[in-house]
Amino acid sequence: MTNLFELALVLGQQEKGLGALGAGIGYGAAAIGPGIGIGYVVGNAITAMARQPEAAGMVRTTMFLGIAFTEALALIGFVVFILLKFT
Amino acid sequence: MILAALTFPPIEELLEWKDIAGIPGFNKVSLLCVISAIIVFVFFMVAGRKGQLVPKGVQNIAESTVEFVRESIIMQTMGPDGLYWMPFLLTMFTFLLVANLFEVVPIIQFPPTARMAVPFPLALLVFFLFLGMGIKRQGFGSYMKATLVPSGVPKSLYILVVPIEFFSTFLMRPFSLAVRLFANMLAGHLLLVTFALLTAALFTKSVMVVLLPLPFAMLLAVTVFEVLVAVLQAFIFTILAAVYIGEAMNPQH
Repeated sequence: MTNLFELALVLGQQEKGLGALGAGIGYGAAAIGPGIGIGYVVGNAITAMARQPEAAGMVRTTMFLGIAFTEALALIGFVVFILLKFT
Repeated sequence: MILAALTFPPIEELLEWKDIAGIPGFNKVSLLCVISAIIVFVFFMVAGRKGQLVPKGVQNIAESTVEFVRESIIMQTMGPDGLYWMPFLLTMFTFLLVANLFEVVPIIQFPPTARMAVPFPLALLVFFLFLGMGIKRQGFGSYMKATLVPSGVPKSLYILVVPIEFFSTFLMRPFSLAVRLFANMLAGHLLLVTFALLTAALFTKSVMVVLLPLPFAMLLAVTVFEVLVAVLQAFIFTILAAVYIGEAMNPQH
């Protein structure tokens, strides 16, 4: 009976560890795409600003909007990470 | 929690707050929300009490805030038609700015927006506002048509496009608006807590103390970065609210 209880405890801890592992890998994977996307957005915005400095204000506002939309995916990954890790 | 022979408080200390003065549900987050609302109220009261032609002091700061919201948020996204929304967007921007900046204020060091209970009602409010604005300006049928059916799509693709548009407009918009603010502030808070705890835990008599400058330098850098994030997230939340409401008001934008 004690052995069974210990086995359940070990299995429970293993499940917790696997959850933490999945959370870490999941967040890492979720950050790849938005990272590349934000790179594209900011890079192209800098190109636009360098070519046309007088339009820098408008480009900057649009760039922040683009970053916000792209970043949302990474942040959803972060929220999933928190849910998997801390609940 | 023990890591490299350093002791840390358990993670629950970070996630749950005790009630203040025994009032159920009134904890540090609610208190900070009330305080930031009062700060915004008092700030604009003091600034608007005696309107001077040449502004100075508090009035100067308030006027540049108003001008920032008008020029960078409303005129860029809604046009002069959207100046009607000025009070709402200005209040929202300043409230979020003060609430976010509590993250780096010493002693307080906690942004109330890092709890889903604060950004989610605000996002829901924005959602109902742009829904109501679209229905009021265009009527229910034509608003749904303008939102769900993008122009220039062949009729055979409607079965695919309409559910996607419905999902992205009516479910994903309020959800991502709330999650963006919440996750940014929580991530920043966790970063600050991690490096502050590491610095405090390394402050010992053992040989590990030689590592102390590394997390401390990182803590300083992250603090500066979080000031930027706090301002930027208040700006992004407000400008997205303006974009959504402006799109509902003028569909062919």
